[in-house]
Amino acid sequence: MKPAQFDYLRAGSIEEVVSHLETYGDRARIMAGGQTLMPMLNFRLVEPELIIDITGIAPLAHIRMSGPWVEIGAAVTQSSLLDWSDLSREVPLVAAALPWVGHFQTRNRGTVCGSIAHADPSSELPLVLAVLGGAIDLASKRGTRTLKVSEFQLGMLTTARAPDELITSVRFPRAKKGEGYVFREVARRHGDFAIVSLAGMAVAGQVVLGVGGVAGSPTVRAFGTLKDAALDDALNAFAWEMGGHDDVHATARYRRDLVRMLGKQVIEEARACLS
Amino acid sequence: MPVRGDTLYAAILRSPHPHAEILSIDASKALARPGVAAVLTGPEVKAMTEPFIVGVKAPIDDWALAVDRVRYVGEPVAVIVAGDRYQAEDALDAIEVEYRPLPIELDPRTAARPDATLLHPACKSNIVHDRTFRYGDPESAFANAPHRIKLEVEYPRVLCAPMEGYIVVADHNAAEDSFDVIANFQGPFSVLTVVPRALRVAGNKFRLRTPPNSGGSFGSKLAIFPYMVLICIAAKKTGRPVKWVEDRLEHLAASGSGPHRITNIEAAVAKDGEILALNCDHLEEYGALLRAPMPGPLYRMHGVTTGTYGIRHLAIRNRIVLTNKAPVSLVRGFGGPQIYFALERLVQRIAVELKLEPLAVMRRNLIPANAFPYRTAAGALLDSGDFQNAIATAIDEGGLGELQHRREEARKAGRLYGIGFACASEPGVSNMGYLSTLLPLEARRKAGPKDGAIGTATVAVDGNGQVTVASDSTPQGQGHRTVLAQIVADELGLTPNDIAVNVELDTSKDAWSIAAGNYASRFAASTANAAYLAAGRIRKKLAAIAALSLGVSSESLTFKGGKICSLTDPTKTLPLYRVAGMAHWSPGSLPDDITPGLRETVQWNPRELTPPTENDEINTSLTYGFIFDFCGVEIDRITGEVRIDKYVTMHDGGRLLNPALVESQVHGALGQAFGATLYENFAYGADGNLLTSTFADYLLPTAMEIPPTQLLYQETPSPFTPLGTKGVGEGNSMTTPACIGNAVADALGIRDVPLPITPVRIAALLHGEELPPPAKFTSAPSSTTAATVERRHDSLMQRLFSKREQL
Amino acid sequence: MPILKAGERHTVTLTLNGRPATGYAESRTLLSDFIRHELGATGTHVGCEHGVCGACTVRVDGKAVRSCLTLAVQAAGCQVETVEGLAPRGTLSILQEAFKRHHAVQCGYCTPGILMSLTHYLETNPEATEMQLREVIGGHLCRCTGYTQIVAAAVDVATRLREAARKP
Ligand code: FES
Ligand code: FES
Repeated sequence: MKPAQFDYLRAGSIEEVVSHLETYGDRARIMAGGQTLMPMLNFRLVEPELIIDITGIAPLAHIRMSGPWVEIGAAVTQSSLLDWSDLSREVPLVAAALPWVGHFQTRNRGTVCGSIAHADPSSELPLVLAVLGGAIDLASKRGTRTLKVSEFQLGMLTTARAPDELITSVRFPRAKKGEGYVFREVARRHGDFAIVSLAGMAVAGQVVLGVGGVAGSPTVRAFGTLKDAALDDALNAFAWEMGGHDDVHATARYRRDLVRMLGKQVIEEARACLS
Repeated sequence: MPVRGDTLYAAILRSPHPHAEILSIDASKALARPGVAAVLTGPEVKAMTEPFIVGVKAPIDDWALAVDRVRYVGEPVAVIVAGDRYQAEDALDAIEVEYRPLPIELDPRTAARPDATLLHPACKSNIVHDRTFRYGDPESAFANAPHRIKLEVEYPRVLCAPMEGYIVVADHNAAEDSFDVIANFQGPFSVLTVVPRALRVAGNKFRLRTPPNSGGSFGSKLAIFPYMVLICIAAKKTGRPVKWVEDRLEHLAASGSGPHRITNIEAAVAKDGEILALNCDHLEEYGALLRAPMPGPLYRMHGVTTGTYGIRHLAIRNRIVLTNKAPVSLVRGFGGPQIYFALERLVQRIAVELKLEPLAVMRRNLIPANAFPYRTAAGALLDSGDFQNAIATAIDEGGLGELQHRREEARKAGRLYGIGFACASEPGVSNMGYLSTLLPLEARRKAGPKDGAIGTATVAVDGNGQVTVASDSTPQGQGHRTVLAQIVADELGLTPNDIAVNVELDTSKDAWSIAAGNYASRFAASTANAAYLAAGRIRKKLAAIAALSLGVSSESLTFKGGKICSLTDPTKTLPLYRVAGMAHWSPGSLPDDITPGLRETVQWNPRELTPPTENDEINTSLTYGFIFDFCGVEIDRITGEVRIDKYVTMHDGGRLLNPALVESQVHGALGQAFGATLYENFAYGADGNLLTSTFADYLLPTAMEIPPTQLLYQETPSPFTPLGTKGVGEGNSMTTPACIGNAVADALGIRDVPLPITPVRIAALLHGEELPPPAKFTSAPSSTTAATVERRHDSLMQRLFSKREQL
Repeated sequence: MPILKAGERHTVTLTLNGRPATGYAESRTLLSDFIRHELGATGTHVGCEHGVCGACTVRVDGKAVRSCLTLAVQAAGCQVETVEGLAPRGTLSILQEAFKRHHAVQCGYCTPGILMSLTHYLETNPEATEMQLREVIGGHLCRCTGYTQIVAAAVDVATRLREAARKP
């Protein structure tokens, strides 16, 4: 289990990265923390020609407040975000979800943007980003652009990032007064990918629920002020629409059941946060 | 282990198919890759080696490398030897193999049918062994019994997965045509004899050395032996040492899990719960090959099929079926989990059906404390025990009452809470003749008797009085060195720090026997006793020499604080090193009845381990410990997760040489058993691919998954071992799945409990019919469902191995 | 920075347990292989090479990370600490002593990684609770011990650290 050969570049600047991306396109792979890419390399599931390491690029190492956003650079590790003292005030949902991402040891290297870029349907950060309605900043030789999360997450392991683009940062909306957040996850073991993860956000009695692990990418639905049987029906419809899949850890049916039952709990808890 | 500078490194090409003919292999492109020294394929292995011998009478075609046909995903197909592992793996991609896929058999039941696809056409059936046994008069007992209660239970494959994989370093001496191997092999060394045979050299031309430290085994590192053959051939071919390190993908795919057993178990039961007779029909699936010492799991527990109970009438049927799965090998518990999951689940079922307490049924049937040594129906000679007292102590000190209270409260509140029990007779030190029980009497007579279990240890004292101990137990972290030092120090009046213990084994010059190795919980009840006896001989000799020079009788001498002193006259004392010096420096002055030097090797064999009798009675093991477990579990109604509230385990492992080390073994076995019961799912897809091919899918428990446990002990010495010790350390692999299974059955009021007890299986029982989709709903967006199934879990193995095939 | 070409051997210099260390690596060489085979520090073990087992955990610039999920060339210029650096001059670190006291080591294959994780965690979280320590240990697989005694050892050290901190 050793990686195939590749060229390696420790990039010093965003310009250097994008000019190589222009040349190599998808024959190159960006490596930030490498916590997902490295196993794939070791398994030889991917055999890129060039690995571009972006961890040494200082302008990508920032966590900053910028207007309504918390902006997190592509070199920021999950553990440095978790250690950021303003985290639970500014993005409480991220604070609730981050401890569920991998383990202490993988968070020490794994990056926030890397997790967003990989777009695994059962990973936590893409779900949180979807529920909060965040955005992704991309750069290429052609210029920069910012995509809304809904434009960015296209499906399982698929995003709108073009082969010549680098994700430079991700933006989470800053929390405002009068919002309630809940994060729940069911996994086989702590630290595993979620079988189902749920994130709820309540604003003035209106609730939005996001679900990871069931459909091809995190799916968000507004449940307004629905209650009781009406809420049950809406959750049932939601579960069926996402469908789910069978794998070695769970069945589609189980996933839908959790959406119906835990979904309701999460919605109720999110509402309760407000009072 | 340091290796020679010119060592080459091997990587193995493995089959992406569960069953296929190999039409051709072309390695020419691989040979041209940088650094590649040699490629080994089936035809060459066929030309250079012999096939492995098989334990049952069936023409199973088994080579160290696939010859003409592959029979499971992960089967070795070719070996590349290169300058380093990276280069060797690079070249794997360049081997071209053409396969013609064949139909597959995965399910033991269908593989057993007459019309099944044959794995080994020469065998004419996938059932390669079928024997029945009968003890007492089970037919009449069943015919006359007021109740017949039965269950069908399955015990799935489980992998012990030590953290360190297999490692082989092999070298070939062309002048002598001899092989020198270093490998983390764990025994039993009886299996080692097949290696030189396969290599076509005499046993004394094959030297194995085991390393001083090894990263766990739990049975696993027995199945390294086919790789020894492969790497030896690679060394012979290249004329250089070759090293191979198994990686995790290889281990999960092909190292050898435990067998999958389906047992139909039925009891004839009296009104009060007394079990009058037992009938066990085992169908055990061993994968594609039956490698030594298989089918051990089916016979190791034969004598204690009736567990801890005094059941006198017994019928057993044992069948072995082959499938397109990886060959089975040694695992912790070895046959015990299968026996006790069936038996102890049945005891719970009897209680439910007769409206009795499970504990009452258990107690009704236990062998009484005054009945030891007790010969079971199938021939095991249970050495000692007081089961009743152990259970009473456990209930009291383990707080069963508190758990019952919690169950009551939980149920009142509408929560799902259950309590389970299990007990077991834990075997230690396997009779080397137990496997011959599988042969019919005639065949046994022809082959000659097989019995016994030799424990080997050497104690040596040098001319300065420094003590060294060597043993045959090849440990992987069980603390054998600590215990051996303690035993020998106690005998010689020294401290454990004074004793050097070396547990490396070199088959070319150390003392060993076919029983050597670290398996069947043999250390405490076998090797440790040999060390004790060897130290006793040294002591006797030292005493004799000291007695001469002090002019006292040797009986009046004692060993204390590095001195040998007279019990009666305190002025008569000599330092031990002086006496040792006499044995070395002045052997001429010793009387004739004292042999020169100070080295004693004891090969101790217990007399109780006799061969199978004419009636197929077999004392399968030397010692039998007792285990009694109970636990409380709570089940989440929504997620189906089983939370163990508290787990209590009581062990009577005979005299405990070092309680702290025993405790470590019990915690370790518990950890593995929690995994086997609740998390580990060794899963093949319908297409024969292994689905659990990484540690992200084969779920070993972590510290987060370990519940609160309480360990309790009782010490009833064994009369059959000089130290009074018994084998310990495997027991919870045997009891825990049954105990948790019974608790889950109690919580949910269900009859059958599938293993592993996963949330999704429990939820399927709890949630009933699924809510239908809303009326206006057409279908799930197909892109998500279809695509998602393609994901991580479509078997990494297949993608990996077939990628190579396509090249 | 220049591109490090595939198939070539590059010089990698880093600080291993406080001392400069240099060896050759390909761009694809895993840090775990580099430490073990090139620098000869075989105390770091390898159990899965896909980031799950934690046996390969070392500290890079103070942080406990999987060395099988790190390239050797990425660690160039970094401070790398392995189990060999925990207790210089043959003494045992307080964590190692606790492991011994609690019989938290059997085969010892998982131990170096766990020690590196706990050293990092306890350094930054001396007030760690049992649950937190369990989670950190939860990033490792051990097949021998069933974890109970490992958790006990870690809790013991945390308690001692807390008490030491309270003493004026
Ligand atoms: S070897 Fe690195 S995590 Fe397992
Ligand atoms: S002590 Fe052996 S794996 Fe942990």
